[in-house]
Amino acid sequence: MKIKKRTIVLTFYFVLLLLPIYWMLNMSLRTNADILSTFSLYPKDITFANYVKIFTDASWYSGYINSIIYVSINTLISLFTALPAAYAFSRYRFIGDSQMFFWLLTNRMAPAAVFLLPFFQLYSTFGLIDTHIAVALAHCLFNVPLAVWILEGFMSGIPREIDETAYIDGYSFPGFFVMVFMPLIRSGVGVTAFFCFMFSWVELLFARTLTTTAAKPIAATMTRTVSATGLDWGLLSAAGILTIVPGALVIWFVRNHMAKGFAMGRV
Amino acid sequence: MGLSLKNMQKKVDGEIHLTNINLDFESGSRNVILGRTLSGKTSLLRLMAGLDRPTKGQLLLDGKDITGMSVRKRSIAMVYQQFINYPSFTVYDNIASPLKVSKMDKKEIDRRVQEAAHMLHLEEMLDRLPSELSGGQQQRTAIARAIVRDAELLLLDEPLVNLDYKLREELQIELQEIFKKRESIVVYTTTEPAEALMLGGNIVVLDEGRVLQTGSTPDVYHHPATTKVAEVFSDPPINYISCDLKESQIQLGGGVAFPLSGRLKTLSDASYKLGVRSNHFYLRRKNDEDIRLTVKVELAEINGSETFIHADFNGERIVIQEVGIYSRKIGSEIEVYVNPSRFFVYSDTGQLVMSPS
Repeated sequence: MKIKKRTIVLTFYFVLLLLPIYWMLNMSLRTNADILSTFSLYPKDITFANYVKIFTDASWYSGYINSIIYVSINTLISLFTALPAAYAFSRYRFIGDSQMFFWLLTNRMAPAAVFLLPFFQLYSTFGLIDTHIAVALAHCLFNVPLAVWILEGFMSGIPREIDETAYIDGYSFPGFFVMVFMPLIRSGVGVTAFFCFMFSWVELLFARTLTTTAAKPIAATMTRTVSATGLDWGLLSAAGILTIVPGALVIWFVRNHMAKGFAMGRV
Repeated sequence: MGLSLKNMQKKVDGEIHLTNINLDFESGSRNVILGRTLSGKTSLLRLMAGLDRPTKGQLLLDGKDITGMSVRKRSIAMVYQQFINYPSFTVYDNIASPLKVSKMDKKEIDRRVQEAAHMLHLEEMLDRLPSELSGGQQQRTAIARAIVRDAELLLLDEPLVNLDYKLREELQIELQEIFKKRESIVVYTTTEPAEALMLGGNIVVLDEGRVLQTGSTPDVYHHPATTKVAEVFSDPPINYISCDLKESQIQLGGGVAFPLSGRLKTLSDASYKLGVRSNHFYLRRKNDEDIRLTVKVELAEINGSETFIHADFNGERIVIQEVGIYSRKIGSEIEVYVNPSRFFVYSDTGQLVMSPS
C-alpha cells in the first residue's frame, strides 16, 4: 500500500517534469501553420522539415559544432588544471590552504555580468574575440573551481597510505598518479567532466558576447528564430530538442555517480 | 652495520611526538617496538621509512646519512595497520607492483609473486581484486607485497591488530617463519606484550615519545628497568604493592609482614614498590614460602580457560590471573598467595632494584 502511494506520486511528478519536453518534441514535429492553427496533443501530420533544416543549413549546424568544440576544450582545460590543484588541496598542508580553497568557490558567487566588460576588453586586446578558445577560457572561471571542489572530495576519500605505499614501492609521482591514483578517482573525473560540460553547454552570456560569427554557439543561433514576422516555433523546438540530446547522453553515462558528484564526493 | 637513529626528534605543530631517539638496528635482526597507543610507534616507523622528516637528528644506513633521501630511492617495505592495497589492481598485480616498478624480468616477477603468494596462502586469490577478499586475506596481500622484494628495511605497523583472534595467531606463526629467512632489518610494532614475546628478537619499549628500554625481548621482559616498562610490558598490567623494609621485615599495608628470604636479604631498609605479575598470584597455597594476602573482590571475569579477579588490597588495585574457572562473589574477602621470589622490587622512584631470577 505504502509503495503504491509512492509510485503514484512519483509518476505524477515524472509526468509533470516530462510535459514541457514532450510539448517541445510535439511542436518540433509540426509545421508553424499547424502549431498556430489547431490544438493537438500529438502531431497528426509528422514532419521532419525542421530537423532537416537544422542539419542542412550551415548557419544552424555550425552552431552545434562551435558549441561542442568550445565545451570540449573547456572540459579538458578544467580537468587538467583541476586534477593537480585538487591533489594539492587534498594531500598537502600549506599556508592559507583552506582560505584559498574557499576563495576558489567565491569565483562562482559573482554574477557573470560583472566579468563581461573586462573580459570583452581583455579578449579584444589579445585578438581572441570570435574564437573557440576565448569562450573555453572564459568558462574556466566557473568550471575550474567547481572541478577542484568535486575532485578534492573524491581524492580525500582515498587513504593517504595508498600514496605512501606507491612511493615505497618506488613509483615516480607521475607513474603513481596515472597508474594507481587515476583509476581510483575515475568516477570523480567522470562526474567532474559532466558538470563542466553542462555548465559550459548551457551558458549563454559569455558565449554570445565573446563570439560574432566564426565561433557562434547554438544558443545564440537559436535567438535568430525571433523576427519581426513572429516566432519560428517549429524550428526553435527542434533546436531545443537537439540541445538536450548531448546532455542527456552524458547524464546516462555518469548516472550512477551523480549523487556522489552533487555531494562533492563527500558521501 | 645497519640502521641507526641519532638523536632524533619529531615535533608536529609545536607538540613533541618523539624525542631523544637513539637506536641501532642491525642487519638481519628482528626488532619489536612495544608501546601503548599514542606512544609514538607509528611516528617512529614513519621516520625510519622516510615518509616523515625528523625535526632534529639523523638517520644513518651503514654509516651513510640518508635522512633527506627520498622514499622512492630507499629500499624499504611497509605494512600498515589498516589494510592498504591498490584497490584497482588484482592481488597478483598488487604483489608484483614493487617488482614491476624496478623493471624486473617478467619470468622472475612471476616466480617471486608465486613464491610470496604460496607463503601467505594466496594462490587461489591471485585474480581477485582486494575488495573481494576478507580482511585477513587483504592483510596477507599487503604482507606479500612487502616481502616480495628484498628490501633492506621491512616495517610492520601493528599488522595484525585489525584481524580476528584466530587469524592473528595463524599469521603470527607464519610471520615468524617468514622473518627467519630474511636478511633485512625487520621492525614490528605492537601494543601486546604476548605478541612481542612471541616474535622475540630485540625490543624497544616506547612510552610518550621516549625510549624507555632496549635489549633482547626476553631479557627486558624479565628485567623491566622501571615501573613504567613493567606496566607496558605486561598484560594485564603488572600489580604494584607499596611496602616498607624495616628490621629485616617487609611490611605491606594492613599489618601484613613477612621476613626477608632468599635474594631479598640483600635489600637495605627503605620504601619499595613490589611488582607482581597477575599470573603469579594464586588462589591456593603452592609453596610454604608463599605469603597470604587478604583482598576484597571487585570484579571477577572468566575468559574461557582463565579467571581474572580484580581486587582491592589496602586501597591498591590488583588483578589476579588464575588458570581454570573460579567463581568468587563480588565484595567478598578472599585470600590470595604469592611467592616472594616472584617480586620485582622497585625503588620509590620506580627504578628496578631486583628482579626475580
